[in-house]
Amino acid sequence: MAAVRLSGAVVLLGGFPALAGVNLEVERGEVVLVRGPNGAGKSTLLHLCAGLLRLSEGQGDVLGCDLGSDRAAVRRRVGLLGHDTALYGELTPAENLQVWARASRVGDADVPGALERLGLPQRLRDIPTDRLSAGQRRRVALAAIVVRRPELWLLDEPHAGLDSDGREIVDNIVTSAAEAGAAVVLASHETGPAGDLATLTVTMAGGTVSERPQP
Amino acid sequence: MTVWRELSLLAGDARLVTAKDLRIEWRARTTLGQMLPFAVLVLVLFGFALDANRPTLRLATPGLLWMTVLFATVVAVQRSVAVESADGARRMLLLSGMAPAAAFAGKAAAVAVQLLIVEALLVPGVVLLYDAEVESVLLVVATCAAATVGLAAAGSLLGAVVAGVRAHQTVLPILLLPVSAPVLIAATRAFADGFGTVAVDGWPWVGLLAGFAAVNAVVGAVVYGPLLEDT
Repeated sequence: MAAVRLSGAVVLLGGFPALAGVNLEVERGEVVLVRGPNGAGKSTLLHLCAGLLRLSEGQGDVLGCDLGSDRAAVRRRVGLLGHDTALYGELTPAENLQVWARASRVGDADVPGALERLGLPQRLRDIPTDRLSAGQRRRVALAAIVVRRPELWLLDEPHAGLDSDGREIVDNIVTSAAEAGAAVVLASHETGPAGDLATLTVTMAGGTVSERPQP
Repeated sequence: MTVWRELSLLAGDARLVTAKDLRIEWRARTTLGQMLPFAVLVLVLFGFALDANRPTLRLATPGLLWMTVLFATVVAVQRSVAVESADGARRMLLLSGMAPAAAFAGKAAAVAVQLLIVEALLVPGVVLLYDAEVESVLLVVATCAAATVGLAAAGSLLGAVVAGVRAHQTVLPILLLPVSAPVLIAATRAFADGFGTVAVDGWPWVGLLAGFAAVNAVVGAVVYGPLLEDT
């Protein structure tokens, strides 16, 4: 069963077609890179797959859950790294991850390990997140996904703001998630480092997939 | 048994959200740092405005106190909305799979705790500054409890309604103040009895406050999910 299956997916945002008929299939264990210029609809596609946006037209299911009628079930099983980090600035990285883990009902036992894996130094784990640099916050946001161990990873510009060490960590995490059977969708405006991870590349422009997937 | 387990999970999630919001407020002290000085200033300035006329101040005490609580509600709810708006944090609540009713209850409870702190300052404040006398502690406590739950529930509900509006800081008071008018009227009447300033039975007004709280809590629990998704 495909992890993501979209057929003629249209998403209207304020009447504007942010997605204008996207067809896409992503299998479990695959790493798909969605590339395209700014405004191509990459982030909208990821938010749709995360169950955060409604389908205006077309059909789609994610992890076997219908995107029209069962978005709540989709949201419980995916991990999304967006442009923003979805972290509470006044809470420490450890507290953010604890809230997230408990709310997701996965328990917070893996929180220290996730922060370790993302290479966040011990001295930064107990200060408010809004005092961290953009790259460090991004690591914490990625650690939140690691804690949850989702079946579908949706990573928007996962290497943005990270140093070479951070990019290598992201690459390792993506590779092990795919090896463990999760599907991974990366969005990037350039092929760049994400291209090396991808088993399939899709190009988007103007809200549609403009090139057929190439293995 | 299943229903009991569901309720227990809901309560646990609500506690998690309340603790999270209160911890954020404790660190930032944004709301209480504004509300508490504001509440004290209102009491003192009204004293000056009415020329320290004690009988007039005592008569005005219930309305003055609840107007102050109403303005404090606006500040607390604005902050509650801002916490979820910053850096896309609202997405955490959505993607966690937590029941929206639990998220609503948790956020409303955090607002209620902050309002109770303000009220705990205001009531002794009017006793000290205006020579007001509490004749029925039970009535005053019951009024505070019912009115606070109603204000927190209505505020959190409207906070979710305006969260996606660009000018939500302006729109929220425009919506919240008229919606909260029944609380202002009922709590003022009940306090007038509790403070013995007017010969009126305060308990029916407490009943009205409880009804207002129940309606807003139920509506909020039901519609919070769709509102969260749309913002």
